[in-house]
Amino acid sequence: MSIVAEILVSFALVVSGIFGLVGSVGLVKLKNTLQRLHAPTKATSLGVGGVLIASMIYFYAKYGQVSFHELLITLFLFLTAPITANFIAKAYMARNLGDKDVPETTGEYGWSIYDDPPSPGSDR
Amino acid sequence: MLTRLIPHPLLSLTLIFVWLGLVNTFTLGNLILGSVFGLFVPMFTAAYWPDRPRIARPFKVAEYILVVLWDIVVANVQVALIILFKPESKIRSQWIPVPLDLTSAEAITVLAGTITMTPGTVSATLAADGSAILVHCLHTDDPDAVRDEIKTRYERRLMEIFP
Repeated sequence: MSIVAEILVSFALVVSGIFGLVGSVGLVKLKNTLQRLHAPTKATSLGVGGVLIASMIYFYAKYGQVSFHELLITLFLFLTAPITANFIAKAYMARNLGDKDVPETTGEYGWSIYDDPPSPGSDR
Repeated sequence: MLTRLIPHPLLSLTLIFVWLGLVNTFTLGNLILGSVFGLFVPMFTAAYWPDRPRIARPFKVAEYILVVLWDIVVANVQVALIILFKPESKIRSQWIPVPLDLTSAEAITVLAGTITMTPGTVSATLAADGSAILVHCLHTDDPDAVRDEIKTRYERRLMEIFP
């Protein structure tokens, strides 16, 4: 493996390590659940991304084969991470907040956690 | 005839790509097997997914993905800086209701996912009739600017993709 590839792999790994660490620091430092939700959804995605880039460069430089698994991991991560965050946010809102704690909707119906969806036939 | 055989070319292409990625070797056999999946999976699942949206402009999808990927990198750095250097008492988190012009469920799902992955914002919930989305912002001094950015940067592009 050439020195250039080694430098690139190490750089990607160090960057991803820093972002992973920052994500964890955020979990400790921020004070409420909704703020803590920001740390793992963002700082960690670049952390994982860095490891995946490093892995792709490594396998290309060492064995000369292009690996697509990393791209798929990225794809599946981007599909699942927002959904997890969304469910945590919803569960927190349902348990700890009421509809007076969040701003009003811009339409005539309330937020879906506190209000029923329009039933077919009714028009409010 | 072709549109009846392949009702959703983009979904078929995605399935072929994912299959080739999973087996990780490009051979004719894998391409054929992937094409079989790309052909039959949309056919068999069509009944469970009514009103599937059509992608109007595939090139806009590519543009959207690039914009979002870039924003994710920027978002990571911004959030990292807030976490590391902003004293806890100075972090002002806010709820921001964003009115939606998008109507299709798929488009709103993509928008909600994008909001969660990008600068300092997490999408929390929808209005009961789907006319607005509630966004939690980690730190902002100007909620209106955040709302306008979501509307002009992401929603406008999604409107072009899902007409």
